Amino acid sequence: MSLTRSVLLEQEERFMTVALVGNPNSGKSTVFNALTRLRQKVGNYPGVTVEKKLGRAILPDGKAMNVLDLPGTYSLAVQSPDEQVVRDVLLGHMNDTTRPDVVVCIVDASNIERNLYLVSQVQDLGIPVVVALNMMDETVKQGRAIDPQKLQAVLRMPVVPMVASKEQGIEELKTILARGVEPVPLREWRMPAVMEEEVALFAQWLCTDRKMDRFTAFSEAVIHLSTPIAKHHLLEHGVSDIGTAMVQDARQRLTRAGVKWRSAVIEARYDWIHRILEGVLTDLPDPKIRKTERFDAVLTHRVWGWVVFVSVMVLMFYMIFTIAAYPMEWISKGFELLSAELKSVLPAGDIRDLLTDGIIAGVGGVVVFLPQILTLFFFISLMQDTGYMARAAFIMDRLMSRVGLHGKAFIPLLCGFACAIPSIMACRSIENPKDRLVTILVSPLMVCSARLPVFALMIAVLIPNTSPFEKAGIMLSLYLTGILGAILMAWVFKHTIFKGPTPPFIMELPPYRFPTLKATFLHMWERSQLFLKKAGTVILIFSVILWALMTYPKLPGASGDVALRHSFAGRAGVLMEPVIRPLGYDWRIGIGLIGSLAAREIFVSTMNIAFNIDDSGDAASLHSAFSEARWPDGRVLFTPLVCVSLLIFYVFAMQCFSTLVVTWRETNSWLWPAFQFVYMTGIAYVAALTVYQGGRWLGFQ
Amino acid sequence: MGACSINTLRIGQKGIVMDLAGDDQIVQRLLEMGVTPGCPVQIIRYAPMGDPVEIKVRGYHLTIRKKEADMILVDPQ
Ligand SMILES: Nc1nc2c(ncn2[C@@H]2O[C@H](COP(=O)(O)OP(=O)(O)OP(=O)(O)O)[C@@H](O)[C@H]2O)c(=O)[nH]1
Ligand SMILES: [Mg+2]
Repeated sequence: MSLTRSVLLEQEERFMTVALVGNPNSGKSTVFNALTRLRQKVGNYPGVTVEKKLGRAILPDGKAMNVLDLPGTYSLAVQSPDEQVVRDVLLGHMNDTTRPDVVVCIVDASNIERNLYLVSQVQDLGIPVVVALNMMDETVKQGRAIDPQKLQAVLRMPVVPMVASKEQGIEELKTILARGVEPVPLREWRMPAVMEEEVALFAQWLCTDRKMDRFTAFSEAVIHLSTPIAKHHLLEHGVSDIGTAMVQDARQRLTRAGVKWRSAVIEARYDWIHRILEGVLTDLPDPKIRKTERFDAVLTHRVWGWVVFVSVMVLMFYMIFTIAAYPMEWISKGFELLSAELKSVLPAGDIRDLLTDGIIAGVGGVVVFLPQILTLFFFISLMQDTGYMARAAFIMDRLMSRVGLHGKAFIPLLCGFACAIPSIMACRSIENPKDRLVTILVSPLMVCSARLPVFALMIAVLIPNTSPFEKAGIMLSLYLTGILGAILMAWVFKHTIFKGPTPPFIMELPPYRFPTLKATFLHMWERSQLFLKKAGTVILIFSVILWALMTYPKLPGASGDVALRHSFAGRAGVLMEPVIRPLGYDWRIGIGLIGSLAAREIFVSTMNIAFNIDDSGDAASLHSAFSEARWPDGRVLFTPLVCVSLLIFYVFAMQCFSTLVVTWRETNSWLWPAFQFVYMTGIAYVAALTVYQGGRWLGFQ
Repeated sequence: MGACSINTLRIGQKGIVMDLAGDDQIVQRLLEMGVTPGCPVQIIRYAPMGDPVEIKVRGYHLTIRKKEADMILVDPQ
């Protein structure tokens, strides 16, 4: 067995490794998916991919090859952690990945000038390059024509025209890769003579002293001499003080010779690009006004922009309460039938209770919300795939800059509507570590899909018989509360622990693209799988644990509240009641709060168990159980004020173990997740307290 | 013609980039994204709240805050 394993491993090493490199949003992940049949996330905004991802493709000759999808980058002179990944992979600095044998540069043909800049940097590294000229369909719409053959002739590298989203050109790319790729040709661009000399000198030193190969040394020398911020970077890579001193001296000599070392290399590359594109790129006669510009005239308009933005949000929540209601009904019917069936088949006892009250009530109570979550993801996916996301960032940036946040921060924050985990990961595209940390800390304040079940439940209890419009309105205001909370906290952090200047905002606005139904449904399908997996694992396990804690130890002869109060969970709830009583919660809600520490949805399942516990099990829905719940003195438990207080608590409280783990991983310290937990839960407590006590003082119920 | 900040251009007006001056890191990023001396740029629009600004450069659309836009010195056309 171990023999076959080692043979396999050896084979694996002999596979060719191909890295997909390119500007953000050029279609790398789309190409990756077409090559490997995997489902890496794609979206129409820069910065979708932030981590490398390995896949396997089969070439026409039957051989397999490793394919690496990488984050997008504009340059190899890196500024942010996601860009760093690209450079490290290309230089072979990554421990877990071999240096690629071939680089496929994905070039967005509709934006060819800027995309070729990165190609010229990759060319420096001496790894064989294939240029995948993607988005060929868009050049025509743009009123330009590109001749791939001529481009291949001037670049002297293989060029494959492509429309990756329609899988055109993928087979051709595979054929070229199977045939083997020639080493890259020597560069044709030239810096000012003095700069050429200085670069050669420093590269020579890197070769002999730092044992770099010729190509790497040249690339590093160019970057270090021309990039002012590369100094710390230099030291990190083991270039000693001597190296730093050499760079300083070289720059001084260059300045004296009148060479602008900051821009000379970049200009030299762009001059070369300009030269080679003559004859390759032709303007078509009579270009139509681009669709994108017409859309933008409305969507980013001073008045209409806002109208559209708010309408989209309202529509989204309206659909969550209307369209989703029907399948929810079916799902809950299904679980009720199942539960009734089990009750009639199984003998009464703990096992039956565990199955019906623990597992079915717990998991079923959460799974019911699947249709609402799918509706939410349908909208999020549309925003991401059409390119509207980037416009939302454009519209909202003024707010972001007011509080001192990075402009790019808006995209991670918007992703937070789905889940805080991808949102925190997306912060990798933020260059400055301090700004990145602030964004990570406030991201979980954005209302994520795990809160949706809790909100939907509490809103239904709060106002059972109103129109979906009003429910949507309440939902929208909760989301807005979350956004405001995030912005406010960002402001506080930026003015206290993370004092610093307002970071820059430089973002590309991609053209609008028609979302493919396939991508949208894939996204929804994947999300529902994730959600069901969570329901089938975390929520299932905790429902069982909580059911046990709420059942044992048993008090002989007792039932309902009395038995619950006697159980472990009941005792814990009673113990914490003094703390949460000022918020209007009793010990049973306390059990729900404790359960929510693992995941917010568990509130719903514990409430199912806590309030259905003396029930015969069938039809009684949680809503009516809630409305019948009383304090010992007979007062109604779930008054409107308590519902609002709970809603507010769930907007702010940090109740997600996975998020804390991701924050820990992304910040490399336990301090930040701990801080995140304390500050968020603190705010939640204070806010819920203010709402409840303030409301009572004002005379509300 | 004297160079002036790109912010002084009217919406729709074009200019030729003369120079970039300001924070090293930002200037480097702008240069790398193709905003190099000699390159034509055009102001497309301002965001609803007046900031940031959207510009067209080398055939694509870029958005930057006015503060960064101030670093781009152009010769108005
Ligand atoms: N019209 C057109 N759209 C494409 C083509 N290839 C990809 N797209 C779309 O372009 C967008 C970006 O694609 P991605 O694959 O996510 O790009 P990426 O390079 O991985 O982006 P980052 O991970 O952000 O760097 C998506 O909306 C794709 O559907 C193409 O050939 N033509
Ligand atoms: Mg990607």
